Amino acid sequence: MSRAEVVDVSRAGAPREPRWIWTLGLFRSELAITFRRWRTIALLGVLAAVPVLVGVAVRIETSDGSTVGGGGEGGGPAFIAQVTNNGLFLVFTALAATLPFFLPMAIGVVAGDAIAGEANAGTLRYLLVAPAGRTRLLLVKYATTLTFCLVATLVVAVSALATGALLFPLGEVTTISGTRMGFGEGLVRALLIALVVAASLIGVAALGLFVSTLTSSGIAAMATTVGLLITVQILDQIPQLDALHPYFFSHYWLSFADLMREPVYWDDLIKNFQIQGLYAAVFGSAAWARFGAKDIMA
Amino acid sequence: MAPYEPEQDTSEAGEPRTGRRKAARYVVPVAVAGVAAATIGLVPALATSGDPDLPKVTAQELVEKIAASDTQQLSGNVKISTDLGLPSLGGVPGGLGGGGGADRGGDGEGSAADPKDKLMELASGTHTLRVAADGPDKQKVSVLGDASEYSLIHNGDEVWAYDSASNEAYHAKGFQVSGDESGKGEVPEDLPATPKEFAEQALKAVDDTTSVKVDGTAQVAGRDAYRLVIEPKQTGSTVGRITVAVDAKTGTPLKFTLTPAAGGAAVIDAGFTKVDFGKPSADTFDFAPPKGAKVTEADEHAKGERDTEDRNKGGKEFKEEDLNGLDDWKVIGKGWSSIAELKLPGGKGLPTSGSGDVPPDAQKLLDSLGDQVSGKFGSGTVFSTRLVNALITDDGTVYAGAVTKDALVKAANAAH
Repeated sequence: MSRAEVVDVSRAGAPREPRWIWTLGLFRSELAITFRRWRTIALLGVLAAVPVLVGVAVRIETSDGSTVGGGGEGGGPAFIAQVTNNGLFLVFTALAATLPFFLPMAIGVVAGDAIAGEANAGTLRYLLVAPAGRTRLLLVKYATTLTFCLVATLVVAVSALATGALLFPLGEVTTISGTRMGFGEGLVRALLIALVVAASLIGVAALGLFVSTLTSSGIAAMATTVGLLITVQILDQIPQLDALHPYFFSHYWLSFADLMREPVYWDDLIKNFQIQGLYAAVFGSAAWARFGAKDIMA
Repeated sequence: MAPYEPEQDTSEAGEPRTGRRKAARYVVPVAVAGVAAATIGLVPALATSGDPDLPKVTAQELVEKIAASDTQQLSGNVKISTDLGLPSLGGVPGGLGGGGGADRGGDGEGSAADPKDKLMELASGTHTLRVAADGPDKQKVSVLGDASEYSLIHNGDEVWAYDSASNEAYHAKGFQVSGDESGKGEVPEDLPATPKEFAEQALKAVDDTTSVKVDGTAQVAGRDAYRLVIEPKQTGSTVGRITVAVDAKTGTPLKFTLTPAAGGAAVIDAGFTKVDFGKPSADTFDFAPPKGAKVTEADEHAKGERDTEDRNKGGKEFKEEDLNGLDDWKVIGKGWSSIAELKLPGGKGLPTSGSGDVPPDAQKLLDSLGDQVSGKFGSGTVFSTRLVNALITDDGTVYAGAVTKDALVKAANAAH
């Protein structure tokens, strides 16, 4: 989210500091607009409810002393079995459950709406009348979307942590390598995982922003982004397309589980960051090219 | 979607320069994508083509170097890809480590963490392993699954196995490196897991039927290595060539590749992706079962198996009675194209469609797995994988080896 500022500092240099402050102001107002929207609040509310539902379901299922049956479907089977031992695992389970669909869908809605929504509402013209410049506006929009990625992920994590603490015991954390670590380090890992999950959404955010510059219908942009998301995830499951899989933005999403190994296994995590950076670069620049050349009618 | 067509709007208004500038903008994302694609494509190519410049060695020297290698301490990541071409029996453990264990986790018999069952998963698919060793007493192998991990830890006289997918642990005490065959939870020897073990297996077979040569150098896991190529001189073998990358400094085999004679992808490709010859930290080999884990002691497990003999009857009978009956087996030929011949007890081959021993569905499955062949020996069924073929004749003789189907039939004919 500090991306816009960083980029701008390097571009504008010291003498043009007022513009930098101006960008910050634009960013702040964008944030306020996004997070004050009922739609955003509803999305965050749904995301916060997922861990509560998972937690209650696990609690009910294990209330007679039985364990969670094996697990194998859905995301994070290895984590679900651990939830009853340690509420902290609800964080991992909830993130694993929301990452494939809920989180990117929410990002798709926000990113898809970023430009197209303004065009649709007829406010884009006014934004461009102000001496912001299209590149700057686009960066601010992207920074806002990335902030939403982070906030959405943290909402899931915090809600899961609260639910887990309420319903299950907390304490020493067992890694998936079978070693143990203190609760404090477990919390740090949980925070790291939340950050990695948020970073996993960078690609979707860039893709959504690009789609958003293609159309002036917010709904169309959102639908296209979410549609692409679902398509890619389905394609990712088809074994015949094995050669393409590493290029899908969602392919390494679940690698965040590698943070729970002892020691951490970085290979897939790094690949995840690389692919997200790649998507951000390609679709970010495509969005820039499209938006810069676009005639703004509304 | 209602995309704008700004290029038309403006360029038709007599501003070709603006239009061109607009088009030029699209060069940026295309260039970014192009550079990214080129990097992704080129980096691995550069990494493999950058063969290190090493002093020449003969094959003999290299093999001796491997034998003399006394690497006792190492840690690293190993990637194993196995493509035996085994017939897929719907849902047989593929890349999803832990899935198989979790399925059986709840039934209370045996343990999902039993090393023997678990390591069989390595027989197919691609797996990432973490290995660490510190002398003959301390080793650890972890199979990294999707959000799960299976670890096998040998520390002194204790062996622990832990499967995080099912949260089950397996414990054996009184483990000896010399490994008596009492079934006290020794690590299965028949499934070599590190490149070194693979290489040792391969080098055992070196004799006049085999050509061994040094074929250039390679970079493996960031280290300079010689490539040792082992090829069968005989025809009829399904083994094309075996390539072992040997670390130039330590003589430790770093990568093992078995390519079938029929071509195509390697049957086995196991190599370090990261390796460190330093001493792994001592706590790597410490293990205590996590809270809530179901621990199966090796002795109890054995007892439990006996109690549930009914359930496991098939397997039990095979172990104790049939194996005795299989004493009279012999080897036809030698070297790479050697074929094992053995008689099935009872002098009966696979049930055939007419016999009614097997439900029709199971019969159909059996038939679909093998090819019917016939010759002087009568008729039989050939079961093929990409490496090993086996011919089971209708009179209950089995011919098996890493040889082609034709070689099996020829051997069977010759034996009659």
